Amino acid sequence: MNNLAVSSLKGHVVPIPGIDIDTDQIVPARFLKHITFDKMGEYLFYDARFTNDTVNHDHPLNQPEYANASIMLVEHNFGCGSSREHAPQAIMRAGFKAIVGESFAEIFSGNCKALGIVTVTLPRHTIQQLFQHVAAFPNSAFSIDVEASTLAVDGLPDPFAITQKDTHKKAFLNGTWDELTLLKSNRDKITELAKQLPYLDW
Amino acid sequence: MSTGTLFDKVWNMHKVATLPSGMDQLFIGLHLIHEVTTPQAFASLRERNQRVLFPNRTFATMDHIVPTDSTQRPFADPQAELMASTLEKNTADFGIQLFDFKSGKQGIVHMIGPELGLTQPGMTIACGDSHTSTHGAFGSLAFGIGTTEVRNVLETQTLALSRLKVRRIVVNGALQPGVYPKDVILKIIAELGVKGGLGYAYEYAGDVFDTMSMEGRMTVCNMSIEGGARIGYVNPDQTTFNYLKDRLHSPKDMEKAISYWSDIRSNADAAYDDELIIDGSAIEPMVTWGINPGQSVPVSSNLPKCSELQHPQSAKDAYAFMGFSENQPAQSIPIDVAFIGSCTNGRLSDLREAASIVKGKKIHPKVQAMVVPGSQRVMAQAESEGLHHIFTEAGFQWRNAGCSMCLAMNPDKLTGNQVCASSSNRNFIGRQGSPNGRTLLMSPSMVAAAAIAGHVVDVRKEIGHE
Ligand code: SF4
Repeated sequence: MNNLAVSSLKGHVVPIPGIDIDTDQIVPARFLKHITFDKMGEYLFYDARFTNDTVNHDHPLNQPEYANASIMLVEHNFGCGSSREHAPQAIMRAGFKAIVGESFAEIFSGNCKALGIVTVTLPRHTIQQLFQHVAAFPNSAFSIDVEASTLAVDGLPDPFAITQKDTHKKAFLNGTWDELTLLKSNRDKITELAKQLPYLDW
Repeated sequence: MSTGTLFDKVWNMHKVATLPSGMDQLFIGLHLIHEVTTPQAFASLRERNQRVLFPNRTFATMDHIVPTDSTQRPFADPQAELMASTLEKNTADFGIQLFDFKSGKQGIVHMIGPELGLTQPGMTIACGDSHTSTHGAFGSLAFGIGTTEVRNVLETQTLALSRLKVRRIVVNGALQPGVYPKDVILKIIAELGVKGGLGYAYEYAGDVFDTMSMEGRMTVCNMSIEGGARIGYVNPDQTTFNYLKDRLHSPKDMEKAISYWSDIRSNADAAYDDELIIDGSAIEPMVTWGINPGQSVPVSSNLPKCSELQHPQSAKDAYAFMGFSENQPAQSIPIDVAFIGSCTNGRLSDLREAASIVKGKKIHPKVQAMVVPGSQRVMAQAESEGLHHIFTEAGFQWRNAGCSMCLAMNPDKLTGNQVCASSSNRNFIGRQGSPNGRTLLMSPSMVAAAAIAGHVVDVRKEIGHE
C-alpha cells in the first residue's frame, strides 16, 4: 500500500444513458490530433454536448444539478471501440474518479485502471434502479468501498454488492494501478526471458 | 480454464512474472506504433529521462492523419503536420525504425506488420490501436493498448495483462461464391453480439479458416474487437508459412522457425472455455443497417423488427439515427458514398475482388467513390496489375495509402447525413467524420456493387450466383 492506494471514494453522480457508448462518442476523433492530453477534459462527449458549438442543454453534463459529479453512471458495453486513451483521459480531466455501469469494454477498463479511474459493475436491474434514483435525487452521493466491494447510495437503505475485476481491485488497494514501477522492478527477469525467446534475433 | 491452446502456450512462454494484483507481466515481442497514440508516451519518457529498453523491437509508421491526395510536406493541416513531425523526432531520438513515405513501406500499421514479415506466429504483439487484433491471423497474441501501456512497452518491453478465457469459433463447410471473410466476421458478431467477446480471446477454426487466405484471416481477426474480444487468432499452418516466406523481416532460417510455429499450435485435445459452431455454407453476404457492427442482416433480407431483437432500445436508437424503417428491404437503401480501404479490407486481394466487379462498368452518377490502398506496397502491386485503371475508368478516385475515411482524422470525411457503403470496420455515430453521417459495413465487393447500382445490392447477382 502506498499513497496512490484507493480503498474507497465518494462523490456526486452524473447519469450518462445509452448502451454501447463507444470511445468515438466519448472523444470524437478530430480531437485526437493533439500531442498532449491537456485539453481532453474539454472535449468529453463533445458532439453530444454541443451542436455546431452551441450548448445542448439536454445533455446531463451540461445540466447544473450534475456540475459537481465525480462519478459517472453508465449502461452496458461502455467504452467499446477504439483503444484511444484520450477517452479515459477526458473523463479523468473532467474530474471523474469512478464509473459505475453494467459492463465495460476490455481495453477501456484497462485504460481507466492505468489512470486510477475505478470502474465497477452491477446487474442491469440495479443500474436501472440507480438511474431512476439519480434522476429523482440528482444530489445524492455514491460511496464506493473498493475493499468491501460495495456501493452505498444516499437515500437508499442497503449497500449494493459491486463486481470489480479482482486484479484491478488489488491494484487499487495496493496503489499499483500505474504498473510502471512494478514492471521495471523485474528488469532482470525481462532480459532473461528475452534471451529464451526463439525469435528475437532470427 | 483453457489448456493446451495456442493462447495458453504463447502466454506462458512470454510470462515474466505474476504481479501482486494477480495480473501477468508479459514480454512483448513486437511493438508497432503510429503517430496518434504515442506522442504522450514519448513525452513521459523524456520528462523522466528514460530510454526505450528494446528499440529494435518497436517499428513505426504513419497512417491515421495522413492525407490521401498528396503526401507533400508540410501537410496542409498544421495539427497533422505536428503529429507527423513529432513521430519523426521521437523515432529518431529513441532509435526506432520508421517506415515513412520515402521508404515505400508506409501504410496502415496493421497492413505493414504482416507485409514486412514483422508479424509472425507465436509472438506477443502490442500496438496503441484496437485493431491490433488483426495480427492474430498469424497465430500471435496481439493486443490493442492505450497510451499509458505504450509507455510501459517502450520502457520495459512488457505489459501487465489479465489472462483471457478462450472461445473456439468453428466455421465449417465452404463459403458460397460472393461470400467473403468480411461476411464471416459480421455473421459471428451478429451471433455473439458486440460484447459477446468481453473477457475472451477468439480462436477461429474449421474448414472455412483452413482454406482461407492470410488476407482473409486478417480481415476476420481485425474485427474480433468489434465483437468485444480483445484478441482473435488462427492457428498457423502451411498457408501462414507460405505467406511469410521471403518477406523483408522473415526469419532467415525458415526451417527452425516453422518448427517453433508448429509447436505453438493448439493441441488436438486442447480445452476451451467455450465453443461456437457455425455452418459456413449458410452465410450470406452481410450488411449493417445500424450504429454498431452487430446490427447487420443478410443482404437478401429485410431490416429487423426492434421487438424481435435482444436489445430493442438500441435498435430503436439505431433506426432513429439512420432514418431507415423496420422491415425495409436491405437492398432498398440508397448510398451516396462508396469507400474501399482500411485495415480490414484495404489489401491486394480486396482490391482485386472489387476491381473484378467494377471492370467495364461505371459508378452510379449520384455516388462518390474512392479506393484507398492500405499501404504503399499494396498500391504499387495494384498499379502493376492495372487495377487503378479499372477503378478510375469506372469513376472511382484512386488515393494514396492511409486510414482515410475509416475515421475522421484526415481530410477524407462524409458530409451531412450521407450514407456510405464502407469496407471498414466501424459504423459508430460520427465515425466517418460527419456527426450525422451514416455508415453501412460490407465486403469490398459489396461496396463495389453498391457503387455501381447506387444502392445496396446482393453481389451474388453481379457475379452470376444467386
Ligand atoms: S484503418 Fe481504420 S481501424 Fe484501421 S487502424 Fe486505421 S483508423 Fe484504425
